[in-house]
Amino acid sequence: MSAINAVDAAFRGEWSQLVATLVRDLGDLSLAEDVASEAFVEASSRWHRDGIPRRPGAWLLTTARRKAIDRIRRDRRFDDRREELTRLAEDPPEVPAEKLLDDQLALIFGCCHPALAPDAQVALTLRYVAGLSTAQIARAFLVPEATMAKRLVRAKRKISAAAVPIEIPERDRIAERLTAVCGVVYAVFTEGHASASGAALLRGSLCDEALFLADTLVELLPDAPQVRELRALCRLTDARRATRVDDDGLPVLLRDQDRSRWDRSKIEGGLADLATAQALTSGASASPYGPMAMLAGVHTAAPCYESTNWTSIVAVYDTMIRRDPNPVLALNRAAAIAERDGPEAGLAAIDAADPHGALATYHYFHGARADLLARLDRTEEAVAAYTAAIECCDNNAERRWLESRRAELT
Amino acid sequence: MKYALLLYADETVQPDYTTAEGAAEMQQWFEFSQELGAAGAMLGGEALEGVATATTVQVREGSTITADGPFAETKEALGGFYLLDVDDLDAAIKWAEKIPNVGYGTVEIRPLMVFDEE
Repeated sequence: MSAINAVDAAFRGEWSQLVATLVRDLGDLSLAEDVASEAFVEASSRWHRDGIPRRPGAWLLTTARRKAIDRIRRDRRFDDRREELTRLAEDPPEVPAEKLLDDQLALIFGCCHPALAPDAQVALTLRYVAGLSTAQIARAFLVPEATMAKRLVRAKRKISAAAVPIEIPERDRIAERLTAVCGVVYAVFTEGHASASGAALLRGSLCDEALFLADTLVELLPDAPQVRELRALCRLTDARRATRVDDDGLPVLLRDQDRSRWDRSKIEGGLADLATAQALTSGASASPYGPMAMLAGVHTAAPCYESTNWTSIVAVYDTMIRRDPNPVLALNRAAAIAERDGPEAGLAAIDAADPHGALATYHYFHGARADLLARLDRTEEAVAAYTAAIECCDNNAERRWLESRRAELT
Repeated sequence: MKYALLLYADETVQPDYTTAEGAAEMQQWFEFSQELGAAGAMLGGEALEGVATATTVQVREGSTITADGPFAETKEALGGFYLLDVDDLDAAIKWAEKIPNVGYGTVEIRPLMVFDEE
């Protein structure tokens, strides 16, 4: 391996761990970030000249600690920290494996602390856990680099001024804090899923970064069912990535996707995560990701659209609606009933889904009705329903699609 | 780490301290302050009279403008504060959760500014 490749590989594999250990050493996220970066800069010149060290992680930690000691010495108040410096200089570069995991978990919980704004949590996690540069995060979220830099600086300033702990929360707080952590990873995933702009990042795309974060979480918390459910959802959704849009970037409906191009290993991994989560909770879902992953799982298990197990889909929606009775879920359930029992039954279910007219301005509601009416040859009503859908649709591509469907009927 | 916990609540919702319900909450305030003190976490704290007693003062171009009322007319008004010395924000949040009116009011946690001696 060339020195440059070795530094790249070490960056992908060691950055987060290095920052995490340095944060524990130094109690200062900005200082940890600075000396970790400097250690990588030094690695890229030294490894080229002196050869790649046997244990790159230990080399980087020792180098970063030395940089930290230099920095603290330059600081005029160095007398206050003499003890800390001695300890730091003597600390062995080989951190016990268990401590490594704890450091990394502490860093993740710190970045996702609910006292930080949600967009700051996302930015901090991508910077310190995934190791993206500020420029890369800015590109991925389509904001100017200066905006992202400001967001990170503000968040770091709050962490230090308000003493936001970069620590594993107390046992009885872990579940609630883990909800925030999973929320950050899922936000990264959905952002990557929604944006077609494939800005090249450290691991490919934002979806890949989210999968990396989910892998890290599973590794750190193998017995947390919500983490398994989250990774299951990300994997099962991402398995269809290659088939979601056509060559022109337009969305391809699930029924038209080329299933032979779905990623089998991601599907199997996602289904295995779901099975593990179910074993951990003895069946019930631990988070909203569970039922969403189950839906994705049923779709990916079907060799073709027609063979989808709609009874399972309806059952998952039933449990979701029991937990959260909302008309959008009822609409999706009705669409599954239409597939299972035919358009007539689907139409009845759609009309029952929204007894209070809450979906009157929701174009998917009218679009779904229009589709079923057309299949029942109730053309006039179908045209009216498409018109209603077009009127409340504010997405250009979707509106064009609805208009073309309506045109086919007249 | 030193923090101010600023206690905001809707004055029309908080109990009348002359009633039994109010007396019960008053007892909780005493107990909370005692617990804070016993834990060595309390630097200070006060309750404020209602916004009806507030006066605002500004000096503009040399002249003083004095007016009746609070600085900002909001539904939830500042009604008191505690000053805490605890390890970190999580510790401050844990105390905030125990404040007697946090169930109907809002606690804002603000770190006290640290000035360098140099």
